[in-house]
Amino acid sequence: MGKRKGVESSIALADSAAMCRIEAIAAYPITPQTHIVEHLSEWVNDGHLEAEFVPVESEHSAMSAALGMSAVGARTFTATSSQGLALMHEILFIAPAMRLPVVMAVANRSLSGPISIWNDHSDIMTDRDIGWVQIFAENGQECFDLVPACFRVAEDKRVVLPTILNFDGFVVSHMIEPIEFWTQEQFDAYLPPFDPQIKLDVRKPVAMGAVGIPEIYYEARLAQQNALLNAKAVVVEAFAELEKMVGRKYNLVETYKADDADAILYLMGSLSETAMTAVDNLRKQGKKVGLVRPRLWRPFPTEELVAAFGNVPVVGVCDRALAFGHEHHMVAQEIRALFYDAPHRPKLVEFVIGLGGRDVTIGDMEHILNRLLEVKNGAPVGPVEYVGVRK
Amino acid sequence: MAKNPMELKWQEIPLGFVWHQPKSSLNNHTGSWRSERPIWDEQHCIRCGVCALFCPEACIRTDERGYFHADLDYCKGCSICAHECWTGCIKMKPEEA
Repeated sequence: MGKRKGVESSIALADSAAMCRIEAIAAYPITPQTHIVEHLSEWVNDGHLEAEFVPVESEHSAMSAALGMSAVGARTFTATSSQGLALMHEILFIAPAMRLPVVMAVANRSLSGPISIWNDHSDIMTDRDIGWVQIFAENGQECFDLVPACFRVAEDKRVVLPTILNFDGFVVSHMIEPIEFWTQEQFDAYLPPFDPQIKLDVRKPVAMGAVGIPEIYYEARLAQQNALLNAKAVVVEAFAELEKMVGRKYNLVETYKADDADAILYLMGSLSETAMTAVDNLRKQGKKVGLVRPRLWRPFPTEELVAAFGNVPVVGVCDRALAFGHEHHMVAQEIRALFYDAPHRPKLVEFVIGLGGRDVTIGDMEHILNRLLEVKNGAPVGPVEYVGVRK
Repeated sequence: MAKNPMELKWQEIPLGFVWHQPKSSLNNHTGSWRSERPIWDEQHCIRCGVCALFCPEACIRTDERGYFHADLDYCKGCSICAHECWTGCIKMKPEEA
């Protein structure tokens, strides 16, 4: 087993990417960034990693460069956040269409305006439908563990799709945590060398990025949709192999004390760690509450979520970004849609919390969980509650 | 001969929309976008070839007599040929709706 050390999560994530033996890095290392590509530049500069490190002039270029490097068959990595992800937006759709298995870490942060560099989910909610596999890490250890899992899924011959590892900006990315490192041997055993399914090669010329006229575009898009939906089984495999390697179990849907719960809160990202403490506090008072959150976000684990919620009478949903102009925000929309066809349809209570780095306390989570129990006991559901806002 | 890509089912789309067959873009029959087609008046055509030189699709070719015609699989009806023709022998004729 590898060493456990106190290290900033984004540094550990960069170390993990380096130990995946990445061959190409596209980097635009200024605000809004984390230390990830900066730390990778040290790996390369110090001669510990033989990779092409390409500093570019914008995130739009970073993603374009990443696609180019992936297209020649290099294991390619990049990282971004917030406005940076937004500037990549146009190119993000092209990666899965061209089936280029780039892996990108996204430290989830708010979008301007007002100008904000703090944590929420407005960046990734905007890029929900880009066609990448999307996985969430909730703490530093998970960031480290899940980078090789992302490469394994992305490069699998049955998937061949780019993959995003989401984790919360600042509250995870800039936090120093005790993290157990894998050995290089474990990385090499878990992640086979990249065997590109698509490759630019002058000896075997092909046309990439061709036009799709109305007679064929539709078929191409449906092929891509099915490729992403079919990735789920490979993610399950990658998590199972990860558990064999390092003993930590990851599931498509993570639950916490949900089995016998009277009310379940659904949330994404590191808020769950605060919520777990709140669940424990309420459980001590005899209140049966639990948590469900997606580890795999895209492809959406519909069956696993329905199973995780079971017959619970009340479900709460936490949104960390606004769907401007709609009464139900993005995560709530997804969970509402989930239950439309489900055999059991619970009452749904919606919350918005922690926008733009607003602190989320254990007390906030206890308030939310208690509110769910009130609804269980007959209180009206009411409109979405903006927790922690001054009014 | 490989199947015409424009007849592929979604299950048959090549991985990453990558095309291995040379000249496969010829299957993109973009002429369907056309609303007008160029008609040459052979009485006035001097067979100079200016139309073919200016055609942005490079889809104007000569027949065995040396007169010019547009390949309607690709001609989008842009009318550049008609605009450039020295003798004005090319007229644009609206396509039937």
